[in-house]
Amino acid sequence: MKNLSFLAVGIFFGIVMAKSEAVSWFRIHEMFRFESFHMYGIIGTAVVLGAASMWLMKKTKMTTLRGTLVGYNPMNLNIKRHLLAGTIFGLGWALVGCCPGPMYVLLGSGYTIMLLILAGATLGTFTYGLVMKYLPH
Amino acid sequence: MNLAVNASSLVQFISQPWHWAVSGAAIALVLALMTWMGRSFGVSTTFKAFCSAAGAGKVSDFFKMDVKEEFWRIAFVIGGLIGGYIATNFLQSPEPVAISPETIDYLATIGINYPEADAKGIGFVPTSLLNFESLSGILMAVGGGFLVGFGARYGDGCTSGHAISGLAHFQLPSLITVIGFFIGGLAMTHFIFPFLVG
Repeated sequence: MKNLSFLAVGIFFGIVMAKSEAVSWFRIHEMFRFESFHMYGIIGTAVVLGAASMWLMKKTKMTTLRGTLVGYNPMNLNIKRHLLAGTIFGLGWALVGCCPGPMYVLLGSGYTIMLLILAGATLGTFTYGLVMKYLPH
Repeated sequence: MNLAVNASSLVQFISQPWHWAVSGAAIALVLALMTWMGRSFGVSTTFKAFCSAAGAGKVSDFFKMDVKEEFWRIAFVIGGLIGGYIATNFLQSPEPVAISPETIDYLATIGINYPEADAKGIGFVPTSLLNFESLSGILMAVGGGFLVGFGARYGDGCTSGHAISGLAHFQLPSLITVIGFFIGGLAMTHFIFPFLVG
């Protein structure tokens, strides 16, 4: 039953990602070429309004439906790790033109090639689990 | 009767491409809803759950987890898939994605004709590049996906976890990760991609 509510939010998310065109490979290419404000506008608005709502939830000590307080588990700061991981992700993001959320949305949109991209992403995740002990953390 | 007319004009209204501010606000709403429901807004952990469900815990302790604890996240991405189906089949814009003329002109110089590069002609995915029909199409899809999956797990999050949630919580590690996203994205777009398709 609880999972159904996540399914519902997911449906909304999928419609938003498709209608915002954030799932478009061409929008991502355009973003990395700095030829349109569109993607920056979307991410910027989401971060500003997201930050405001997170601040309000923390300020009012709102409890979530699971009875917890709103917070964020901070990561240990390791500049080398964050830059390296981000760069690897970014190389893939710009090539396939979609990050993990849009991969699922585009599969629903009928782009069966996403099956290969999702398989690649799962394989990449598996490979990380095998080699993680050799990487800076 | 009147109600039916109003419903169809509402569908028409929603079917237009959404303004970036509306889209950004809607994504912030997703973040707020997920937070209110007591969960984080993160997608890439689904890949880890798939590995774990397939038995990867036998080769690395990293994948030892209770997959049942991730069902909410899997429900969320299945929802995303259904949302993509609804948007494309019932709320499709009459025109392909309106990317800038500069990008269209540039893509033409490297042999990508917009929007014909997209088998559906709606400007979502250049299926002339990423496809099952050619070895290069398969390698690009699997290789690009691999980098996304590897980088997301190593960085402990993707765009939803770092660029949206992390930045909204003013996390420095997330900011540095997002800078990394751009280092990689710019390198791919400006130096590697033209070489790959050239």
